[in-house]
Formats: sequence, structure tokens, C-alpha cells
Amino acid sequence: MEIKRVVVTGLGALTPIGNTKDEYWEGLISGKSGAAPITYFDTEKFKTTFACEVKNFDATQFIDRREARRMDKFAQYAMVAADEAIADAKLNLDQVDKLRVGVIWGAGIGGLETFQQEVLNFAGGDGTPRFNPFFIPKMIADIAPANISIKHGFMGPNYTTVSACASSANAIFDALNSIRLGYTDVVVTGGSEAAVTIAGMGGFNAMHALSTRNESPESASRPFDGTRDGFVLGEGAGALILEEYEHAKARGAKIYAEVAGGGLSSDAYHMTAPHPEGLGVVEVMKNCLENAGLNPEDVDHINTHGTSTPLGDVAELKAISKVFGDHAKNININSTKSMTGHLLGAAGAIEAIASILSIEHGIVPPTINHTTVDENIDPELNLTLNKAQKRDVKVAMSNTFGFGGHNACVLFKKI
Amino acid sequence: MSDIASRVKAIIVDKLGVDENEVVAEASFTNDLGADSLDTVELIMEFEKEFDIQIPDDQAENIATVGQAISYIEAAK
Repeated sequence: MEIKRVVVTGLGALTPIGNTKDEYWEGLISGKSGAAPITYFDTEKFKTTFACEVKNFDATQFIDRREARRMDKFAQYAMVAADEAIADAKLNLDQVDKLRVGVIWGAGIGGLETFQQEVLNFAGGDGTPRFNPFFIPKMIADIAPANISIKHGFMGPNYTTVSACASSANAIFDALNSIRLGYTDVVVTGGSEAAVTIAGMGGFNAMHALSTRNESPESASRPFDGTRDGFVLGEGAGALILEEYEHAKARGAKIYAEVAGGGLSSDAYHMTAPHPEGLGVVEVMKNCLENAGLNPEDVDHINTHGTSTPLGDVAELKAISKVFGDHAKNININSTKSMTGHLLGAAGAIEAIASILSIEHGIVPPTINHTTVDENIDPELNLTLNKAQKRDVKVAMSNTFGFGGHNACVLFKKI
Repeated sequence: MSDIASRVKAIIVDKLGVDENEVVAEASFTNDLGADSLDTVELIMEFEKEFDIQIPDDQAENIATVGQAISYIEAAK
């Protein structure tokens, strides 16, 4: 069987630092933080009182009011980002074979706010189960790609991948393989999440996973810094149009980059803690390079998982040194979570977009908020600290790791 | 228009996102106002909540138009 080549022809982003792909990129290269006190609910009794919310978003500007009411925020975000990506790809929906267009989406949780609201309603009642008929279809994690296909009539493969914070990298890799194997011509992929809720903040706080730097939200997400104290929860969506190379060429599409390969592995170690030596992480990057047919020396840039947690950041950098050896110090390594916060199931998507735009623009966005050296980190590594760096990025890797030990990695190449 | 009728219409406008002028007595939720099966269940639940009544499933099936909803609620109150 002939393995087809796959390229990226459209992008869409709805993030805490910008509500479109272009605003997102502007935010990234200018080192903008999306963190601020939470506006969605009263945080007085919460250990962490800030997050990276999406700002100035009114779903009804994009989605019919009645439809918007039938969607949880994570599905609304998905719809808006996917629409931007489809428009960006200039796909003529009357001409594509919709039987061969899939939607493969990532979400770590799904409609958490919907779930929370329905359970609160029940708890406040007399025990009669008066659940809204939209409760389940709004909440389930697969409804985001379902809504996208219903709107546009895409009848190819349609599902959501769930692997916590690796979810949307899993989705991108599945989309890549679907086109590679000839099952589809085009796949709308990416991910979305909307977990800045009472349950989300309370739950992650209980795990001691979140930064509690309430006095300084904007500087709280500080990956690789010696004083980092946990991740900052973010929300939003990223969408990518993956397309078979000849299909894209034939219609004269703009090509951002080639999706050169992907990798998957599991830590097989602990529910939430990363493996201290980053064993699964070493494997996933090796897998990814092999899958792409590239050598470690080919990689110019790695957008790390880098969540700003004490254990995870060091384990990931150790793994990078192990996989890339001496070449590791030549790589522009960054964590854009320093700006966007951690979008959980949407992280892989927005970070893949950041990597692709780095290839497009020849600029690597910074890891902001770095002030204090961590002695456990090799000082020779270029962590793109505090300021964007010019770099002719020909090959960029994007890492994501999820609770449960899921590791997923995707690799993009200039074309 | 009775108080019940105006409250029923307000619920329908809100939940189905339709124009108030379309919500006439003979309008069918599914055929005229674009409701699907989930919308009709939600409407019945909203009526129950708003008017503090119980509408058993076998009777809910007979409420298909705006007028039928108003008549049912007026009789139940």
C-alpha cells in the first residue's frame, strides 16, 4: 500500500492570548500572558484563584443562539476554531468529496461545566431526577466533532480521542494516519477544552497540580524556572486542516507544513506522576523520529509539554538530552504554556499550531517568566527564555503528556 | 392573552430561539417551530418547573402545539 504524504492547509485558534490564529501568534511572539483572576465563579475559598480564560468570547457571534444553547463551551470553542481553520484552508465545501472528509478531535474531559450544573441542580432538588434532555449529548467528549460534521456534512471518520493532556496530539496523529492510509482526503483535527469551572479548579487543586501564585497570576506559569510551583489551567481550542498532499496541490492550497510523523508511548508507571527518568517520554520522541524517517540532528525546535510543574519539566528535559545527545543544545526548546496556561486536551492542538507557525515565520516564541535558574536543568540547553528568537525552523516537534502516563508527539516539517 | 399563555410563549421563544410572532396557538413544536425530540422533552420540563405541575409522559405526548400546551396547563392549575 502506498503511504500518502500529509500537509497542513488550514489553522484556527481560540486561546487565552488571542481569539484567532493571527491574534494567537501575535500573543505568542510578544510574550503575552493569558493568566488573570477567574471571572466565571467566586473563587474566595479556592486555593488557586486565577486561570487562563478565553476573553471577550460570545458564542452567539459565531453560532446560532439556539445551536449555541445546545452546546457546552468546549463544543462551542471547537466549532469556532474549526470554522476558522476551514475558512483558512479555503476548502470549497461544494467541491470536496464529503464522504472522504473526517473530523478527529481531542478533548481530555468534555462538557465539565454541563455535568457540574446538572449534578448541582439535582443536589439542590428533592431527589426527583429532573435532568435536562441535553445533559448527556452536551457533555460527552465526542459531541464536538459530531457538531462540526453536522454543520458541514463531513461524512468520513468522526470521533474524539481521550488521553488527558495528550488528547489532541493523539487526534492529530490519528488524522495523519487516516490520510496516510488513504481512508480520507481531508481531516479536520485539533482539540478543545473548557475546564475552568468549580469542579475543574477544585479537582486539580486537590491534586496539588496548580500554581497557587495568586498574587501574581501573569508570572505564575514559569516552566523550567527554579521557583515553578505547578501549572496554570487554561481553556480554548485549536483546529488544523490536514490534507493529502496531492489533493492540496491539485486545488492550489496554501501549505503551511508537512505532518512528517507522530509517536505514542505510555509511562506504565503512575496515575499522575511522570516517570522520574522520563522513560516513556524518551520512547515517544524516538518513535516519532523513526515514524517521520528523520534523525535527531534534523530537529530545530521542540515545543515541550513543559507545564511548569516541579517534576515534569525536569524529566522532559532529561529525556530530550537522552534522545538528542549533543544536538540537544542546538535545539530551540520552549514552553508556550508559559503564556497560554495548560489547555489540557486542547494543548496538543494549540502547541502544534505554534510549532507550525514557527516554521512559517522563522521565529520561536519564548518561554516567559524565567527569573531563577533551576540547577537540575542543563545550562547548555536553549530554552528560548523570555524573548522570541529568530530561527529558520525546518523541523519542529511538539510534545504532550497526559495524566495516566500517555505520551504523544507530532512532528512537522517545512515543505 | 392570559398570564399562562404569555409565560408559555416566553419559554418557547427562549428555548427554541424562534420569533415571538411565530408562536401562535396552532403552531406545532416540531413541524412549525423546528423543535426536535430533545427540545420537546425540554419544553415539557420547563413547563413543569415554571407552573409547578407534573405532566406524565403519556399526556406529554399529546402536547404538540402551543395551544395544546396552554390548554393543558390552564386545566392543570
